[in-house]
Amino acid sequence: MNAGQLRYGYVFVSGYTLLLLAFGLLPTLYALYLSFTRNGAFVGVDNFARVFADYRFLPAVLHVALYVLFWLVSLIVFVVLLAVIVHGIRVRWLGNAARFLFYVPGAIAGASSVLLWLFVLDPSVSPVSGLLHAMGYESLVNVVAVGNLPVVFTVIAFWAGAGSWIVIMYGALNNIPVEVMEAARIDGAGPVQTAWHIQLPMLKKWISYMGVMSLAAGTQLFVEPKILAQATKNVVPEDYSLNQLAYLYAFRQNDFSGSAAISVVLLVVALGLSAIFIFRGKLFERD
Amino acid sequence: MSQHSSSRRRAARFLTVAAAAAAGLLALSSCSADASGGGDTSLGFTQAEQVADSPITVWVDASREPAVTAFQEAYPDIEIAFETYDGSAGGSGSFQSKIALMDQAGEGWPDVVFSTQQNDAIWASKQTTSGEQGFAAPLNKGFLDEEFLDGFAEGSLDYTTIDGTVYGLRNDLAQTVFFSNQRLLDEFGYEAPTTWEEYAELGDKLAAEHPGYILGSLGDSFMTYVYYGGSESPVFQSPEQGVFHSDTSDANAEKISKILDGMLANGTLVQDSFFSADFASKYADKLVGVPGPVWYTGAIFQGGLATPAGEISVSAPLKWEGGDVAAGNVGGGVWYASSHSKNLEAVETFLEFVTSAEEFQVDASSGYPAYTEAAEKWLDKQAEASYFVNDDFKTVMSDAAGQVWSGWNVTSWSPESAWAKIVIPGIAEGETIESLLPAWQEELENEATVNGYSVE
Repeated sequence: MNAGQLRYGYVFVSGYTLLLLAFGLLPTLYALYLSFTRNGAFVGVDNFARVFADYRFLPAVLHVALYVLFWLVSLIVFVVLLAVIVHGIRVRWLGNAARFLFYVPGAIAGASSVLLWLFVLDPSVSPVSGLLHAMGYESLVNVVAVGNLPVVFTVIAFWAGAGSWIVIMYGALNNIPVEVMEAARIDGAGPVQTAWHIQLPMLKKWISYMGVMSLAAGTQLFVEPKILAQATKNVVPEDYSLNQLAYLYAFRQNDFSGSAAISVVLLVVALGLSAIFIFRGKLFERD
Repeated sequence: MSQHSSSRRRAARFLTVAAAAAAGLLALSSCSADASGGGDTSLGFTQAEQVADSPITVWVDASREPAVTAFQEAYPDIEIAFETYDGSAGGSGSFQSKIALMDQAGEGWPDVVFSTQQNDAIWASKQTTSGEQGFAAPLNKGFLDEEFLDGFAEGSLDYTTIDGTVYGLRNDLAQTVFFSNQRLLDEFGYEAPTTWEEYAELGDKLAAEHPGYILGSLGDSFMTYVYYGGSESPVFQSPEQGVFHSDTSDANAEKISKILDGMLANGTLVQDSFFSADFASKYADKLVGVPGPVWYTGAIFQGGLATPAGEISVSAPLKWEGGDVAAGNVGGGVWYASSHSKNLEAVETFLEFVTSAEEFQVDASSGYPAYTEAAEKWLDKQAEASYFVNDDFKTVMSDAAGQVWSGWNVTSWSPESAWAKIVIPGIAEGETIESLLPAWQEELENEATVNGYSVE
């Protein structure tokens, strides 16, 4: 790289850097400041103590943890599985069609996809009401019972988000050198053995990447429960997830410090978990 | 060469985009405007600088859109923009959340807001933590005419009056009465119940003799007002400011819960929301009787269920055997004016129009107007249409307005959310309300604590 190219490099990242500073780093610092102060005065960990003592905090943590667990596991297992299968399809048009189909739901933006699911989940209007009735659900209230929500949100998130990951994994599978695959085949490896011993290890970095990105998004669960809460008039509680609780603190209780404290807790937890993915997945190591 | 220049062009384009983005950021960060200017405090609040003929923004729920349309027709010269929101229905609190955001930004407030809840004055009258004056403008300190304010039904502005200052205008009254389908009662040979005990007995008889017919629904969170407020159960009380009291183990609460459990079990109470997609198709000709607020007239019978005139009769709210008549209160929306409005004159015209003018309150509103003069015309309109079977429905309804039980109060949060969180999913799982009472009380008390109330 010569000096001129280097200069352009800086230009290219400058837009992103500016936006990152303005909408990523500065708000984070502001939240840190808010979380240790109240009305401008330093109060130590008071805000955290208040939030931890809130009767809604622990349930919200459990709700989010359960959801993230369900979602990450289903994402890692099914996305990789589907990507390998789609990659293995020899018929060109069929493979293309499958990728396209997986990807389509991702094109529907967050809130509207939840609205769509509202109709699917309500037995009185659902196109799959027969299935819902067969599972013993008579009304929307039954379907969105608190115990079912982690699964409901996982299904919604998987439907909306998995497609783009399948496409990314597909691209990653294409990057595996043909010689390696050929060598495996000559050594007598079947599709399952190839997937397990060749493709999976070589996808490790991508899987970690998917894990990190999804973890960050998953802990911030907000739109889905928020819309369901509104649609069911709070039968899905408005304090289901941590971000909803932070929202209530800020805009219902007028307590921006408490809200910031919750956000900081979320940040620390997400950073910690991401670190596991990054180091276990050797994401920052060069080949 | 050409490749070189094109890459330079690309870089230039990129720089332009980056510069534009940076400029946008600057613009964003500089919009923490100061809300000064004006400063006249003669109306009991600090006015924003008034801009004559400036447009006003109104937030309404879907049912109140006709109010804006009627206003636009009556006053084509006043420029008005409206946004539809959920009206904080079900205690969603969206009114408060949105205003909190604007308070933080120091700008962007709407001029008039309609809320379906009765408790918004509690927070909207308060100064914000950042020292901004409360959103709701005091209305009886010179802003609105005393004479106009006196036109509201007695007690109808109580919920929005804090320390003698009125912060909101009641759109409609919401006292409960008992509605019966006289045609069905006659057909089955039943009498309309007058007490809760008779209501339960009617449920047993109906379930045994005419299964499939119903006496109401528990699917909406405002049933907490109908059944617990209406049965004088001390579930939601605020004896003084900042104090909350709830006793779901009280005898009345226990009794009404048992009655409801029995009716859920025998099928005369259902769990579908009155406003669900298929309520009308399932129950339009199955609803024999139901306790409910007077706004059921327009919103449920004439609206969703489309019951023809001459079938529904109205009787006094249910009471306990040997007890006095007590009505519940189920909403009754409220109009608020913004203390930050730049065109208070238009706001005044709008508020007076939507609460008292015939064009909305009588012609287009489904509820019983809180403004007395409009209420009389609304009652006349129902009489003219011979909608109700009994001629004395006017006295029944206006009497009930004065019989709302005073033991159910408003606080800074809504009683509906605890009901929605605990009771609705609980009964959907097949549990009895009686078994849910302790959990319901705990949730109410937790909410009170979180909202800064002391529980006694």
